[in-house]
Amino acid sequence: MDSFWEFLRHVHDAYGINLVHFYDSFERGRLLKGMLTTLQLSVLCIGLSILIGIFGAWLQGSRFRVLKTLVQAYIQFFRNTPPLVQMFFFYFALGPLMPRVVNDYGIAQPMLGSFAWAMISLSFFAGAFNIEIFRSGIDAVQSATVEAADALGFSRWQAYRYVILPLAVRICLPALNNNLVNLVKTTTQAYAIAVPETLFVASQIWSDRINVLEMMITLLLFYLFLVGILVWGMIRLERALAIPGFGR
Amino acid sequence: MTSLEACVRESKARISAAASGERFASAFTPTAAFVILVACAIPILTLEARAQLQSTVGTQSVLQSLIKWFPLILFGPPREFGGFALNIAVSFLAMALGTAVGIVLGLGQISIHRPLRNLAWALTQFFRNAPWLVLLFFVMLLTPFQIRLFGFSIPLPGWLKASVGLSLPIMANMSEIVRGAVNSIPTAQWESAESLAFTRLQTLWRIILPQCVRRMIPPWMNWYAILTMATPLISIVGVNDAMTLTQDALSAEQRTDLLMPMYSLLLALFFLYCYPIARWTLWLERKYAVKI
Repeated sequence: MDSFWEFLRHVHDAYGINLVHFYDSFERGRLLKGMLTTLQLSVLCIGLSILIGIFGAWLQGSRFRVLKTLVQAYIQFFRNTPPLVQMFFFYFALGPLMPRVVNDYGIAQPMLGSFAWAMISLSFFAGAFNIEIFRSGIDAVQSATVEAADALGFSRWQAYRYVILPLAVRICLPALNNNLVNLVKTTTQAYAIAVPETLFVASQIWSDRINVLEMMITLLLFYLFLVGILVWGMIRLERALAIPGFGR
Repeated sequence: MTSLEACVRESKARISAAASGERFASAFTPTAAFVILVACAIPILTLEARAQLQSTVGTQSVLQSLIKWFPLILFGPPREFGGFALNIAVSFLAMALGTAVGIVLGLGQISIHRPLRNLAWALTQFFRNAPWLVLLFFVMLLTPFQIRLFGFSIPLPGWLKASVGLSLPIMANMSEIVRGAVNSIPTAQWESAESLAFTRLQTLWRIILPQCVRRMIPPWMNWYAILTMATPLISIVGVNDAMTLTQDALSAEQRTDLLMPMYSLLLALFFLYCYPIARWTLWLERKYAVKI
């Protein structure tokens, strides 16, 4: 591996292609840490937003009008406002209202840091879309199936958990895939509230080492790779879950 | 039994709602009204609560400050273009650029020349899957701030570059919309056009594309709304948009009690602009839906 880094250093000296973020161990460590943060943020947000989606879609099927209206209001609010402004609202307007805790150095700081707020705001943002996606899947489940579950004595939650949701998830996987890709791309916005994710670290590196073009191309390739893995996984999931006798 | 009845009743209600959904006016259901009310109420409610706190401090009340800064956030500083108006302008420009190039790219994706098709596909996938913010940085940092043309130096202002940066993902998604719309036209139409001795270009221009327009309008509008909601990103790369000016106003005031109302105001501005578009798109989608 070291000889490869040496080769990249040689490329820089000989051709001026500055890949310092690979061959310099400090910059490489920074970048890897940033990528890890992006990965953590993505995975946590995907999990949370799917939970919000499942729970919200269940609430939307509720008999109580007020509850339905509240969920609808949540969806419309988060769908029709810019995710960046949402993030700023959470971090700068709600953040200071949180109780303060004393950290290891004896300094009082707000309970939730920028990473937590980025996670919360992105999950709420993607969750609003997920509710609608799961809802569309649930609506597509044949009502006869639901009635059959009812007739077999399933409670409302049981029918949702064991009959409707497994079918609905299969129907709405392509739409969910789209939204999750969008979510992973939106994690770059955490840059704005100084979460040390890939874009943030990359911008630090290109400011320090003046290799904007090389760094940006690396950045784009990294995100294409990340999205590629996600899409590949989702397609695998789709195939694994496919019900024989449906489609094609 | 009762839940079954409820289910039947609900489906009946849904059918009648779908029947009455033909008119645009009925798209504004009580839910929608409630949402709009809440969106407007958030800033006002926080104002009320804060105004009481404020009376003891002795400076301007929150409402007064909001009214003072509102014109700046809406239209930017005097004799300068900025604020929310700039967000809208950038969204128009990026949409126009993205649509024009995207249609060409989309037609490239359905070309009969394999290399062209592959190139258009690769470009589409690349720009569709790259994060908006990274593309924006790409354009902002890697294009010069002015270009020299025939001895004149033409400045490239930030908002122009930002529009180009935001138009890239729109271009890629527009390309997919065009491809999807063309593929949704039955193959029989291509074949019958061929049997009537239409050339490929004629078929595309006179038969296929006119039908595609109707199908493309709802997703196109959807992407416009998404683009508008992405415009605050340009504040990160230093354009004087509503987001930047809100932060400027907040740092000028140095008051923590203004944080919530100011950001709520910004959220409400975008909501009031985007929500009607979303409703309109939904209505058009229903209207243009292919009925089987």
